[in-house]
Amino acid sequence: MFNKDHVVSIREFEREEIDTILDHAVKMVPIARGEKKSLELEGKVLATLFFEPSTRTMLSFEIAMKRLGGQTIGFANPSQSSVKKGETLADTVRMASSYADIIVLRHPQEGAARLASKFSSKPVINAGDGAGQHPTQTLLDLFTIKEEKGRISGNHIGIAGDLKYGRTVHSLTHALSMYGGEMTFIAPEGLQMPDELTGELEREGIGYHKTEDLESVIDQLDVLYMTRIQRERFPNEEEYEKVASSFNLHRGMLDDVKDDMIIMHPLPRVDEISPDVDDTKHARYFQQAANGVPTRMALICLLLDRNRGL
Amino acid sequence: MDKENRKIKISPIRNGTVIDHIRKGQALKVVKILGIMKQDTDSVVSIAMNVDSSSGKKDIVKVEGRELLREELDKISLISPEVTVNIIDDYVVKAKHRVKLPGTIKGIVRCRNTTCITNQKEPVEPEFLVIHEKPVSIKCIYCERETKGEEISENLR
Ligand SMILES: [Zn+2]
Repeated sequence: MFNKDHVVSIREFEREEIDTILDHAVKMVPIARGEKKSLELEGKVLATLFFEPSTRTMLSFEIAMKRLGGQTIGFANPSQSSVKKGETLADTVRMASSYADIIVLRHPQEGAARLASKFSSKPVINAGDGAGQHPTQTLLDLFTIKEEKGRISGNHIGIAGDLKYGRTVHSLTHALSMYGGEMTFIAPEGLQMPDELTGELEREGIGYHKTEDLESVIDQLDVLYMTRIQRERFPNEEEYEKVASSFNLHRGMLDDVKDDMIIMHPLPRVDEISPDVDDTKHARYFQQAANGVPTRMALICLLLDRNRGL
Repeated sequence: MDKENRKIKISPIRNGTVIDHIRKGQALKVVKILGIMKQDTDSVVSIAMNVDSSSGKKDIVKVEGRELLREELDKISLISPEVTVNIIDDYVVKAKHRVKLPGTIKGIVRCRNTTCITNQKEPVEPEFLVIHEKPVSIKCIYCERETKGEEISENLR
């Protein structure tokens, strides 16, 4: 089941639609790795409209399109592009949708993707709008959990870092509420998961815990999802250092964790995961980033398939 | 005394709409929401503020010669849900009804999120879904930020 014209927010998805994307993404893996050739999207053009730079996300979409035999056009930064100052986003999108078959938008303003979807005659994928939504990140997170653990539900998932302001962890928590399992939110005081999100878990009957102490719960987890704690959330450097150090994951903290526990991170990381974790059997954040390609391939195909008849 | 007072301040109208039981201090906002002054109209609009009523102070707005449409009036419930509307025909109350919050609010309120795309120069009107009625809470369909209670009347366009 998949009946979306655009992909703006993960909140618009039902579990069945997410499952469809993830099932499709599995089939894309050998193509994403270059082990299998595909010309499924030959003759199709994807436009990347990046009003703020995000090299990783943009490359991931470009590779996804090209591995399927399609073409890409677009800009990575509006100052280097022909997008004239003063032109509305609505006009840029209208123009791009008259050239291309599908549009990927990244924009510093919240709600930009919703607006674009209203003016585009072709499918729009939101690749991040300010502090708003970034649905393909959530999809690739879910895909990673499913690939690594066999299923999404039934895992004990710990999410650590700045849980108050982080949009990535909010979207992920919302999505996980559709699947069930156990959740532990690990955050410093004042940066815990908002009640709005934990309320959703309660409504779905999903058990959760909150703690400030990563080391006290790490041994119980099946998945540890790390995120960054930003310096600017703290009144001074000293305060930040005190808190941040207990949220910096290093090899020594992994001695007693479950054998098959996996560590995820949306990247880029700063100090929150020490490089000495990278070559442990638990690290999956590079694989997670690579999973963005098959996930985005699946999404592009499903959107274009749906629009083929139009 | 009370009744005397009211009579003096609010003279009856022959035809038109009387919006009664407006929350104290909100009358001007009601006029603004209805866009009465912007429309091409000759209607006399009278406003009474801080009028005594059985349940404390209230405001009243009267629009002469015009029968306001129900969907126009329903917008008032955003800032003053207790309002009652009287349609007057030849000095007689022809119809009386309460206002009801619509499911979506378009063009009346601006999004309080300064980084919302609707606060840029884009060809769209801000639009909200009503997610809670009492107290009123609305959610921007673009940035998904919620606005409630007092914040709504502070962000009227
Ligand atoms: Zn907004």
